[in-house]
Amino acid sequence: MGLSTVTMIYAGMFYIAALVLVVGLVYKIVDYSRTPVPLKIPTTPAPTTRSGVIYRMAKEVVVFESLFKANKWIWVFGWLFHFGLLLVLARHLRYFTEPVWFWVGIVQPFGKYASIMMVIGMAGLLARRFLVDRVRYISTPSDYLMLVLLIAIGLSGMLMTFVVHTDIVALKAFFLGLMYLDVQPLPQDLTLLVHLALVALLMVIFPISKLLHAPGLFFSPTRNQVDNPREHRHIAAWAARLDQKN
Amino acid sequence: MAAAEFDIPKLKDDIEIPKLREGVMAHAKTFPAAKAVQDFMGYPHELGEDWKERAIDKMGELLGKYRSMKVFLDACVHCGACTDKCHYYLGTSDPKNMPVARQDLMRQVYRRYFTTAGKLFPKLVGAKDLTKDILNDWYSYYYQCSECRRCSVFCPYGIDTAEITMAGREILNHVGMGQKYSNEILSKVHKIGNNLGLPGPALEDTLEGLEEDIEADTGVAVKLPLDVKGVEVLLVTPSADFFSEPHVESLIGYAKVFHAAGISWTLSTHASEAGNFGLFNGNYESMRKVAMRIRDAALELGVKRIVVGECGHAWRVAYSFWNTLTGIGYGGDDPFSIEMQKQLDPTYPQPQHICELTNDLIKSGKIKVDPSLNDDLVVTFHDSCNVARASRMGTEPGGQFIIPRELIKSVVNNFHDMADETIGESTFCCGGGGGLLTDDLMEVRVKGAMPRATALNNVVKEHQVNFMAMICAICKAQFTKVLPKYGFNMSMVGGVHQLVSKAIKLD
Ligand code: HEM
Ligand code: HEM
Ligand code: SF4
Ligand code: SF4
Repeated sequence: MGLSTVTMIYAGMFYIAALVLVVGLVYKIVDYSRTPVPLKIPTTPAPTTRSGVIYRMAKEVVVFESLFKANKWIWVFGWLFHFGLLLVLARHLRYFTEPVWFWVGIVQPFGKYASIMMVIGMAGLLARRFLVDRVRYISTPSDYLMLVLLIAIGLSGMLMTFVVHTDIVALKAFFLGLMYLDVQPLPQDLTLLVHLALVALLMVIFPISKLLHAPGLFFSPTRNQVDNPREHRHIAAWAARLDQKN
Repeated sequence: MAAAEFDIPKLKDDIEIPKLREGVMAHAKTFPAAKAVQDFMGYPHELGEDWKERAIDKMGELLGKYRSMKVFLDACVHCGACTDKCHYYLGTSDPKNMPVARQDLMRQVYRRYFTTAGKLFPKLVGAKDLTKDILNDWYSYYYQCSECRRCSVFCPYGIDTAEITMAGREILNHVGMGQKYSNEILSKVHKIGNNLGLPGPALEDTLEGLEEDIEADTGVAVKLPLDVKGVEVLLVTPSADFFSEPHVESLIGYAKVFHAAGISWTLSTHASEAGNFGLFNGNYESMRKVAMRIRDAALELGVKRIVVGECGHAWRVAYSFWNTLTGIGYGGDDPFSIEMQKQLDPTYPQPQHICELTNDLIKSGKIKVDPSLNDDLVVTFHDSCNVARASRMGTEPGGQFIIPRELIKSVVNNFHDMADETIGESTFCCGGGGGLLTDDLMEVRVKGAMPRATALNNVVKEHQVNFMAMICAICKAQFTKVLPKYGFNMSMVGGVHQLVSKAIKLD
């Protein structure tokens, strides 16, 4: 049986999207890590040890600590969105793993309902962009569209989960096929095709957009530096050259 | 001074978040640096034909040198968490004074010239070609940021608008739009050794005069030594301490502390300035050049300890950067830093803040104080932004909040903090930091002081506070000038060592 045009298009699309995502992110991460940090600029009070920094960073990633201090509304919506997203993505791992990992199995029912958290969170963030004059002022078209894109992905996914089911077994065969370079037919429901096209778009946008906040956070000198400038001499290579002239 | 009239904000019970009023501060432009100053600093003094290329080139160079700038320009999600955190936005309601909007002035250009999305879809991501209008916006709004880092506390990625402001000023300098105030000061310190342009002989006279005053006042011959070799401590303090009021009261305080503790010390003509305006322009080389004067003086005088007087940004540079810039500190393994570090006494932190030193001396009983001598005062403490969010004191994180308060409480009996959300890491800038302490920015300064004045007003009403102590020369100068506009008496403003000076026992 030959593969349909749609299958071929989607297969090509996902190969390209995956390539852009991986190459783009690796490029950015390498670029960040190669760019020097000439001065100690942690926002103090800051931890005085490496393990303290790991703890500080963990609090930023897991509970959005600074955001919590700043604004409770953004924090609630932002955290609902991201935690929902995390569970949803964890649940999605079953399409890419055979046999399905044990914990991915456990996450399944939670992931299903986490989609609601995720969409509510994003709706709240989108509402703020329209309603709060300060946030409206700083929003660019891409800020709205990013949320619209993610909401559309979420809603199309939920449509499949809760209303018009798709052939999960065939879908999984398609993605495992992609991973093992043996393309299999893709189920051709409209909802699924929309969901997947939008996901591919998201993957392409990721490394060239503000979604770089995810890797960026780990490279933020105000958060990842140890507060020990009196005890350790911190010096960048380009700056060390100045010392030799003295 | 031709500054226009402006309305002074009315103090309310709470610091309210204003509705946006676009463009209301666009007119506030600091005076540009003249040719002579720009020449001396090695910058052009007017826009040349190629200003645009120069600006973009400089931006590219800085992006390659500072990870902070690259990550911060990429990572912002426009979440809005920082929008109500800047005292200049709260005081002026100009949206371009919201931290993220201030960053966006540069981000729009960064996106256009340095990112794929901005090259392909500029409208979509808010990317713009660099124009003179944008350059003028930079000049207005990068000089309405005191680089206080309050925004960086609240940003989920720690984006520090101060880093962007510094880069913006550096680019402006390189296209010929320098600021008169900062660049004149930098040239004075390079030529003479301090920000005030106070030459050696004048300094000597001033110190002698102060010695006479102290003796007349206390009957004790407390000395203020200058350029003495082989003593234990080199004290580096902001030059305002030598003759400005109320700064000089703190200088007298330091001298009394050294006297009472029997620590031999000296000031230095060559390093007669702790302040370092190189920080404000984000120019590493210029900051290093200013800081090198202190290393040179310390080596020349052969001192074992370096102590820094009351100055916020100076303490940031000293604490966070001196080791990097000049090798004053520990842990260096290169010849340059070893030369400095082997001379320093490892039983003390290097550099040490004067509050760390005095607090230790009082706690260990080496000097005696009588807090009842300050019973006429009800005191509060203003955390200076650079001390609070860009440095530390003592060994524990947050020591920069605890140690000055401990010290104050040991020399006064009546102390009340201002509201929590206005002190500590959330402290509000005085409104005059980061190179804004100039008369041509008076409107920005007065309006930017509104949040602090509101918090102060509340403790004045509730606890009859009549003295706000602080450890920053810029804060002192700023508050004595702007607080009277809000109806406070300028004698409410003073240094922590001004309180120590009154309470210390000299015999
Ligand atoms: C290390 C992982 C991540 C961390 C720590 C993180 C953290 C944050 C934080 C603190 C915010 C600001 C608050 C908010 O608006 O929610 C934010 C915003 C945002 N994040 Fe993430 N994020 C991560 C990964 C992701 C990923 C993987 C995506 C998308 C696929 C994403 C999409 C977004 C979007 C679209 C916004 C902007 C929301 C708005 O428009 O207000 N994040 N993120
Ligand atoms: C190649 C990647 C992806 C594939 C193959 C995929 C496929 C699917 C499928 C088949 C469903 C329906 C599940 C069911 O019927 O039980 C679904 C649901 C969903 N998808 Fe995706 N999806 C992908 C990526 C994403 C991404 C990146 C997001 C979020 C940004 C997302 C968000 C959702 C949501 C919220 C649901 C509904 C809740 C759930 O069942 O987990 N999907 N997706
Ligand atoms: S650093 Fe301070 S002055 Fe500058 S934008 Fe941030 S809060 Fe405002
Ligand atoms: S808090 Fe940080 S991420 Fe949010 S808008 Fe401000 S600078 Fe951008």
